[in-house]
Amino acid sequence: MRELIEYLLTHVPLLTKVPSIFVYAVFILIGAGVVLGYISVMVIIWVYLERKVAGHIQARYGPMRVGPHGILQTIADAIKLFMKEDIIIPTSHKVLFIIAPFLVFFGAFAPFVVLPYSESLYLSKMNVGVFYLLALTAFEVIGIIMAGWGSNNKWALYGGMRHAAQMICYELPMGISVLTVVVFTGSLTLHGITNAQGWLPWQWFISPLKSPFTFIAGFVFYIAGLAATKRVPFDLPEAESELVAGYHAEYSGMRFAFFFLAEYTAMYLVCAVTSLLFLGGWNGPLPRAQGWLGNLLGLINVLSKTYFLLFVMLWLRWTLPRLRIDQLLSTSLKYLLPISLGALLGAAIQSAIF
Amino acid sequence: MAGKEIAIIIVFYVTCGVVVISALIAVFARSVINAAFALFFTLCGMAGFYFLLSADFLAIVQIVVYAGGILVLLLFGILLTHRTLEELGIEKRTTYIAGTIAGLAFYLILIFIIAQGLWHQIPPKPMAPTTATIGRLLLTKYLLPFEISSVTLLAALIGSAYLVRRKEGK
Repeated sequence: MRELIEYLLTHVPLLTKVPSIFVYAVFILIGAGVVLGYISVMVIIWVYLERKVAGHIQARYGPMRVGPHGILQTIADAIKLFMKEDIIIPTSHKVLFIIAPFLVFFGAFAPFVVLPYSESLYLSKMNVGVFYLLALTAFEVIGIIMAGWGSNNKWALYGGMRHAAQMICYELPMGISVLTVVVFTGSLTLHGITNAQGWLPWQWFISPLKSPFTFIAGFVFYIAGLAATKRVPFDLPEAESELVAGYHAEYSGMRFAFFFLAEYTAMYLVCAVTSLLFLGGWNGPLPRAQGWLGNLLGLINVLSKTYFLLFVMLWLRWTLPRLRIDQLLSTSLKYLLPISLGALLGAAIQSAIF
Repeated sequence: MAGKEIAIIIVFYVTCGVVVISALIAVFARSVINAAFALFFTLCGMAGFYFLLSADFLAIVQIVVYAGGILVLLLFGILLTHRTLEELGIEKRTTYIAGTIAGLAFYLILIFIIAQGLWHQIPPKPMAPTTATIGRLLLTKYLLPFEISSVTLLAALIGSAYLVRRKEGK
């Protein structure tokens, strides 16, 4: 992004007339707008696909009424959501109730700053890219506790507490499995990590041929990501039979839409980061190329892997039953955490010897 | 690059505003939970200052450790015990007096340090990777403090696990 702006500033004569600060500000806004538009469209399509896939896995049709094969169903749902009354319940803590959805959405939206799609298709090459990704979950955790508390409703509070506890628990194995990869790459940027992998599948970090330890770490990362985004089988924070709808039970209209978008964005992020860290990112399976063709192939590579991982999430949703809260916590702290620590130790030994 | 400097100054003062206002809310809020949530914005503002000083790694550590770790712990503590905390009676006069004395003492120490300190002004530097340097220094020059702090943390971890363990036969 910065390179693009600097290129335009030096090569487009019209832009040199205005102060550079405005050019930067406008381009930052354009970048944010592109990401926001992409997220919204992606979520609309993805919700439709989710309902369709769910239907077909359970041997039924799914949405069929609005448009051919129900293709306009989520658009109708989105319009309904915008039209709904924005209710701020009088017994709530007003300030916290209003801030919470924005904080959660910010935590889900800000990671897109460092997410690259190909060698030269990115917004920012931050030196501490992966670490930044992990740090932003703090906003989500705080926002969710805020929503649960601000709603002044015991089910919302239980849901919020459960989700916060779950996210904190699963952040640990997630962070350690990222470190397992960083041990080999020696770089925290997503560019450095992706470029440490070749274009053939056995040169990726998921292959046991490259390192058996990153192979384990890849699975740990994905499972922990499932739990951190509260997908089935880890969807305790909004277990309908126990908690109505969890921490967003009291929200309606646009405020609910923010939570909903944040949830799907977080799912997308976990899949995108897994594809960059462990599945070779833009390097394969389509070969690398120069110029705009390289960008196009890289984009196809990253997106196809990301959407495959999203599909796996759906697939698991209709395959596995929900865990109990104690099983959930012991999965993280008694199994995933020791496994990821062992993988980190092994990776450190392997990178020191070879 | 005059435009860039103006942008940095604007960001600096906005961050200052966030830190000062949220810190004031954290200090003067009547309910503990409001104070804790205001503290979150203070900590994020501090991370913003580190970013402005080109210390990107430190800024992220600030968010991970303070906002993501300690503050969440604090909030859990408050949410699980908030009734007792509100009924404990922060209104007592003795706590007011003790708090005022402690606060004034701390304030005087701060004034003393600020007056004594040599304030170097470093010209603004562009963002450069700091992570590798920090890691190298931690494992060479500052190895002993690093190891002592990690052993202390490990001891605290084992101690807390021992304390919360259910006693046999109770």
